Amino acid sequence: MQTAGRVEASLPISSDMDLAWVRQHVRQTAAELGFGLVEQTKLVTAASELARNTLVHGGGGRLESVRLANGHVRGLRLTFADDGPGIPDVERALTDGYTSGDGLGMGLGGARRLVHEFSIDSGPDAGTRVTVISWTVRPPHPRGEV
Amino acid sequence: MSDPYPRAPSTHVPVLRLGDVLLVTLQGDLHDSTAEQLQQDIGEAIARSSVSGVVIDISGVEIVDSFLGRVLAEIAAKARLLAAQTVVAGMRPAVAITLVELGLTLPGMRTALDAQDALGMLTRQAASSRPAHARQESP
Repeated sequence: MQTAGRVEASLPISSDMDLAWVRQHVRQTAAELGFGLVEQTKLVTAASELARNTLVHGGGGRLESVRLANGHVRGLRLTFADDGPGIPDVERALTDGYTSGDGLGMGLGGARRLVHEFSIDSGPDAGTRVTVISWTVRPPHPRGEV
Repeated sequence: MSDPYPRAPSTHVPVLRLGDVLLVTLQGDLHDSTAEQLQQDIGEAIARSSVSGVVIDISGVEIVDSFLGRVLAEIAAKARLLAAQTVVAGMRPAVAITLVELGLTLPGMRTALDAQDALGMLTRQAASSRPAHARQESP
């Protein structure tokens, strides 16, 4: 049985200083939940990529983080939301090498590989919401079905 | 996880010169603007002091995302154009695992297990390139 806790934090993403706060918050929360070092590092890296997308492409936005529990397994859900121009072609944006800015084109697709669950809701002029979840123990279904 | 390094994001990264090599030690969480400033500082330092190598010690860095990865790759590319070799030293195992899953394998970037190994690599290379160069010049 999966239960979601209260919203742990809601952080603004409006400067590169905020990106550092996002990373620090995610690392600290993941450590408190009992994530191992490698999973912590993956989640913080994914959060850094997604928060930078929110800042650079979405014109700024927010991160909401919620602690989850599924039996004895703990999880962290991170939602990055902006009211920016949105992503016209989500599938294409998830392709490695796709870039609309000066990055390496690994941000969105790379972030998806670093977490256990990934969903994105975006469209032209509709803003973008990216939600990721990772668990302290990887759920027993293959990554392709996430 | 306990962390011996200060959590406050650093705003300036010192670039030290050790003989023929520049040594840069990154620690903690780097702001984007700090990383971009560093890129510029290293370029100027190489041009000013005509060093033959740059060692970037990232053993104190907890995450490398695609932005910092791009900065490291651009520093190496810029150094190469200024006739200097760059070695990235001390990447944490968790960072290496994450970079591969992210899809960022930084091809062409030379790496060493720690800063001392990196300095050794650059020194050996400088020593072996001299006779090779002399041979090329002989008829």
